[in-house]
Amino acid sequence: MSAPEHFGVDEASLAELVVPSDLRSAKASEDRILAELARHKYEGDTIFAIKLALEEALTNAIKHGNRNDPSKHIVIRFHIGDERTAIMVRDEGNGFRPTALPDPTANANLERPNGRGIMLMQAYMTKIRFNEAGNEVWMLKENRTRPPAKSKSRSLRR
Amino acid sequence: MEQPSSHLKIRRANGVSVVEFADRKILEELSIQEIGEELSHLVESEAGIKLLLNFKNVDHLSSAALGMLITLNRKIKEHNGELKLSDINRQIFEVFKITRLNRVFDIHGTSEQALDGFQS
Repeated sequence: MSAPEHFGVDEASLAELVVPSDLRSAKASEDRILAELARHKYEGDTIFAIKLALEEALTNAIKHGNRNDPSKHIVIRFHIGDERTAIMVRDEGNGFRPTALPDPTANANLERPNGRGIMLMQAYMTKIRFNEAGNEVWMLKENRTRPPAKSKSRSLRR
Repeated sequence: MEQPSSHLKIRRANGVSVVEFADRKILEELSIQEIGEELSHLVESEAGIKLLLNFKNVDHLSSAALGMLITLNRKIKEHNGELKLSDINRQIFEVFKITRLNRVFDIHGTSEQALDGFQS
């Protein structure tokens, strides 16, 4: 529930939203976070990256975590500062093993229509960490970072 | 001739169906399924369709949108058609590169270049 220590985010600075598990509610939360990024004058590429990763996390939580059950909820916690943004998305599902996902950029998987969300979150954020269960993800974006690298081999676990 | 539809603007040029997205936000999750269905109907309406997707109005993309494009590409191949993409902005093209989908899709800088590339 708390941000990973190395994210450098003070617990007291986190805002929390609990929203119904549907795409429109998620979009409203996303819009609130994007407005906050604009208020902190994040540059376009950084906003693009955070928006993309946040949408993937929210979509995963609604579709795969809460299995499109509108009676369930999503918890979003976030800190937006001039130096970094940290966002957590948690669903009520049973979680999954992110390390067990096939590599969507492997030649054999290139034409599969699914399986790119987690990879994009990794590529566009500075760090991402799942909890042990796999139903909560923390994402960190340092502000004014360079464009994302093509591939990254990072641990997905904290 | 332009056919109105909820998410797409479609015109014909040299035997090619040129599709533009009507709204910058259309590739967000809420609309992707509907766009996929519209494009699927378009492919089914013409055997061997030549389809150009112009991305000039698109400033965001998601994995779900990429999945829709992959499914569309497969369907067009099954119908002996051809799909090309054009006018993809720098940020969106980066998504194609990171996912290596720039190797799956036939991507051109401009719609004119893409139109020239279709077999007559």
